[in-house]
Amino acid sequence: MAIVLFNKKIKDDIYMLKLKGKFEGKEGQFYMLKPKNTFLSKPISIHDIDKEGITFLYQVKGEGTKYFSTLKEGMEVDLFGPRGNGFDIENIDKDVTVIGGGIGTAPLYYLIKQIKNKYPSKYIRVYLGFTKEDYLVDEFKKIADEVIVDVGGIITHQVDFTKDDKYFACGPDIMMKSAYDLASKEGHDVIVSLENRMACAVGACLGCNVRTSGGNRKVCKDGPVFKGSEVY
Amino acid sequence: MDRLKVDFLGKEFSNPLVAASGTFGFGREYSEFFDVSEIGGVCSKGLTLKPQPGNSGNRLWEAPSGVINSIGLENPGVRSFLIKDLPYMNKLGTRVIVNFGAHSTEDFLEGIELLNKEELDFIELNISCPNVKEGGMAFCMDNKSAYDITKAVKEKSVHPIIVKLSPNAPSIVDVAIAVQDAGADAVSLTNTFLAMAIDINKKKPVFDNVYAGLSGSAIKPIALRMVHQVAKEIEIPILSYGGVSNYMDALEFIMAGATLVGVGSAIFADPTVMIDIKKDLEEYLIRNNIESISELIGIV
Repeated sequence: MAIVLFNKKIKDDIYMLKLKGKFEGKEGQFYMLKPKNTFLSKPISIHDIDKEGITFLYQVKGEGTKYFSTLKEGMEVDLFGPRGNGFDIENIDKDVTVIGGGIGTAPLYYLIKQIKNKYPSKYIRVYLGFTKEDYLVDEFKKIADEVIVDVGGIITHQVDFTKDDKYFACGPDIMMKSAYDLASKEGHDVIVSLENRMACAVGACLGCNVRTSGGNRKVCKDGPVFKGSEVY
Repeated sequence: MDRLKVDFLGKEFSNPLVAASGTFGFGREYSEFFDVSEIGGVCSKGLTLKPQPGNSGNRLWEAPSGVINSIGLENPGVRSFLIKDLPYMNKLGTRVIVNFGAHSTEDFLEGIELLNKEELDFIELNISCPNVKEGGMAFCMDNKSAYDITKAVKEKSVHPIIVKLSPNAPSIVDVAIAVQDAGADAVSLTNTFLAMAIDINKKKPVFDNVYAGLSGSAIKPIALRMVHQVAKEIEIPILSYGGVSNYMDALEFIMAGATLVGVGSAIFADPTVMIDIKKDLEEYLIRNNIESISELIGIV
């Protein structure tokens, strides 16, 4: 259980929720947050962690996230985590390209922040694609070296995949697949973070499994982060 | 804690709570949340003779007060289980129930033969998975098929057999009587309820298999009614399943006639819910001056 520090509307159906306390979690991991009006908890990726608490960026899509959008300062939220493998940012010896689409940008903020902390000299290019309106672009500009934004188009078409960078992507499946297809033509893999419906989030129920080149994998436990070459 | 002890087919359970098949893996995943020896028993993920990749497409869909699943019995197969998972389960310090299903009598008997060589407490014979033909649901839809497979398995098995029944059979009571007549040591009920969801944006069924299994609080009152009806007609003990999410639900099933109470999908939202249920059951017994929970079995 944690106390809500704030829950604010960022744009349309995009909200930012911050919970008070000392939270663990690495970039790309997620927590299971329990809405009062649903049977199952909902996986929400870590957007940021600081001394005050943990921040989640989420889009209202169903009954659970609709409930989250009604949370007010001081209210309680049941949650457990962190879950999942997270991004591996050990031994990055190249510059970094990060591609995000819509609410898929949520875990990328913490990823970029951590990479910049660990490798201050690495150049970080960020491509953010949105369907209707952008959000939090200024926040990304504070932590990345370059931020390219596209609204209404196809963000992966703007990415220069000839660069010998380390590539990360999170967003709609079609966007991540496109990123992988384009990157692989230039000989690069793309590290992607998948989304799926979950029940247990601990690897017991097999409800979130995806087929990969190495057989079935649990998005909640083996993922959500996979190599693009494993899943596409 | 002696108040919670129950006897099931001559074996003592430290408490009546059993983690339901398919919600608890082989016990590993929840060991990081609590000491699994604290619960009465663990039922393995549903096994088949050969490994199964499980179903394609959506496997989960939330329903009002429940969840519909179409996992499709993804599992490593009995042989891999015996090497990699059963030894682990046997060290959990709790009663071990192995859930096993098949789509043919031959596969059932071959699996039973493999299990005969192993140490375990009970086999839960899955003749009721709604999601794949390998789940053997055909075996529980009519009394004669259920009788025949139970009799064949009983003749071969050295382990006690709990037959898991489907709420989708025309009469679960008749099937329960049939498997008792065939020699089943116990029955468990219910498996999930055949259900459906439609994606109104895609205008298509949510699941590739169209129909899938509903579990959770939504099914509790119906499963409770079925346990009550079955308990009135059979002599062998019952392991109940059906949307238990707190100690009151568990008590209802016990009063309706269950000796053991399975907890399943409630674990998803709260990984330590079984520990809470156990504590609350104990407090209820103390509060009501009841020496043993066994006194409550089937009193309604």
